[in-house]
Amino acid sequence: MERLVIDNSYYMVRKARILRVEQLGETEKLFELTLSSGQSLDHEPGQFIMVSLLGIGESPISIASAPNGKGSFDLCVRAAGKVTTYLHTLGEGAEISIRGPYGNGFPLRVLRGNDLLIIAGGLGIAPLRSLINYVIDNRRDFGKMHILLGCKSPQDMLFKNDIATWTQRSDVHFACTIDRAAPDWAGNVGVITTLIPGVDIEPERTVAAVVGPPVMYHFVIKELLAKHIPENRIMMSFERHMKCGVGKCGRCQFQHLYCCKDGPVFFYDGIKNLSEAL
Amino acid sequence: MHNVILNKDRVDDFISQLAAFRTVAAPVSKGHGSFSFESVTSAEEIAMRYVPTILPPKKYFMPQRETLLEFDFGERSVVEAIADLDAITLFGVHTCDLAAIQCLNMVFSERPKDYHYLLRKQHIDIIGLECNIYCDEYANCASMNTYLPAGGYDLFFSDLGDYFIVDIATQRGEEIVGKGAMFAEASDLHLSALRELRENKKAIFSNELPIAPKKIADLFDRSFGSNVWKDLQERCLACGNCTTVCPTCYCFDIRDEINLNLTSGRRYRVWDSCQLEPFAKVAGGENFRKERSARQRHRYYRKFRYPLDRYGRFFCTGCGRCSRTCMASILLKETIKALVKESEAKIWKGWL
Repeated sequence: MERLVIDNSYYMVRKARILRVEQLGETEKLFELTLSSGQSLDHEPGQFIMVSLLGIGESPISIASAPNGKGSFDLCVRAAGKVTTYLHTLGEGAEISIRGPYGNGFPLRVLRGNDLLIIAGGLGIAPLRSLINYVIDNRRDFGKMHILLGCKSPQDMLFKNDIATWTQRSDVHFACTIDRAAPDWAGNVGVITTLIPGVDIEPERTVAAVVGPPVMYHFVIKELLAKHIPENRIMMSFERHMKCGVGKCGRCQFQHLYCCKDGPVFFYDGIKNLSEAL
Repeated sequence: MHNVILNKDRVDDFISQLAAFRTVAAPVSKGHGSFSFESVTSAEEIAMRYVPTILPPKKYFMPQRETLLEFDFGERSVVEAIADLDAITLFGVHTCDLAAIQCLNMVFSERPKDYHYLLRKQHIDIIGLECNIYCDEYANCASMNTYLPAGGYDLFFSDLGDYFIVDIATQRGEEIVGKGAMFAEASDLHLSALRELRENKKAIFSNELPIAPKKIADLFDRSFGSNVWKDLQERCLACGNCTTVCPTCYCFDIRDEINLNLTSGRRYRVWDSCQLEPFAKVAGGENFRKERSARQRHRYYRKFRYPLDRYGRFFCTGCGRCSRTCMASILLKETIKALVKESEAKIWKGWL
């Protein structure tokens, strides 16, 4: 038996240090990370990384921040499985490992110059925050930006600081709703689709970006089509179980597509006939 | 790039000489009509005529369990991507399995390249062995056009009675042959005997499916909503045997393991199966292929439809392993037949 060390294995991890942890929701935390090497992650909005806790496992997590020039990046992580639950026990200064960034991300070259209608349900705000803040950082390059957010309850609303900023800015239109009325809530009540008819958009120059739980897409897409947004201008980002992140392991495949490599961002017209997509 | 011959009484010399240098793995009878690739040191252990082995040769290219990373959080914190490689000569690989190895090569050399696989592959020599007749009734190698050699080997043996004619396809193959003085240059007589064998085979092997191979893509395009998948759901036990024995199934899981000292361990990949219930399930509980029908359909589309676009070939090699091993007698040929029948019925209905 001969042992070889492989320099360019895509399974090799990079070390990253936790700079800051913030409790965002009951089961969600924000982790601001930086690569220990000092390199920049150099990601695109909408891409994801594999969070890699050696000895425990790996989990694909969306990058929740826009490329910020400081070299740090954010993850918004819900404690749901083995890796994410353990990650939640870690604090500032702890070192983890990552692989990536992976995936196609939002196609910025197509989005530039267009109006954006961003629709987030629950944790779907995490990948969209990378796009929203990218647009804000490059505000002149894009047209109008509408952000619609739907949450179960006021407590489930993530990124409250960002939301405060988005609400204040004159160049962003932000609206949100909660599924069921709550005592301390004076805003909209109802599912996310109730917000869509009221948005003032020009469908031919608008691109919609939708991220949320699978059940949300069916209803939201119906509303968007009713608004005359063309099928090839509705983007979605999908969640799948992933092991390799590079299109080999087969876990994230639906029909002929690999969520990790061909996605996670897909246009509606490309996947609307694929029964396993949602 | 030329042919030599090896008399059958010298095969044992050849195998033992090979085995003196490196591990030789070849089909060995395991009883009950089953065979397995195992290491051998003499020709008498080898089953020269065999039904495709229980596990295909993929077990050498992509071991069932394969370490990817080793880590140590001790005083010197280390993480390394590693590959533990054995130099192996595979002897007696059928053309269906040679085709399967070519499929795996395509998958793992597509960017980003999987160097764990590619390095392992470099350490394996391949000696093919021709099937003169069908192995059994489960095979569909004529439909998949894998019953004749189409590369992917260093040496290729064809049985011509008292002797094997050996196609030397690579320099590596030349070196293997060069080591033994038991080979003789093939004459025109030998070559014409080989041509005759191939001609005879064309009469023996004929499309086992009730559809022309070039129409299979179209059949699958029409069959996504077929009732055939629902029928499979009634029978499938979701055991994953079909994918485990499939020579082109390569899906895998990645797992971590910590040593007893709690400071070091490894990350490894193991074969996984799209037939198992949790395969496409996410942490939130959503399962994107919850039904067994969807999972069986996925398996068939991964053999007959999806790879046509991605790799330009079928990923079924016609070896028949999935049918042979299925506890619920889900037979590949029967499934295709049912799809064809249903599809034709629909077309007739359209006419009437």
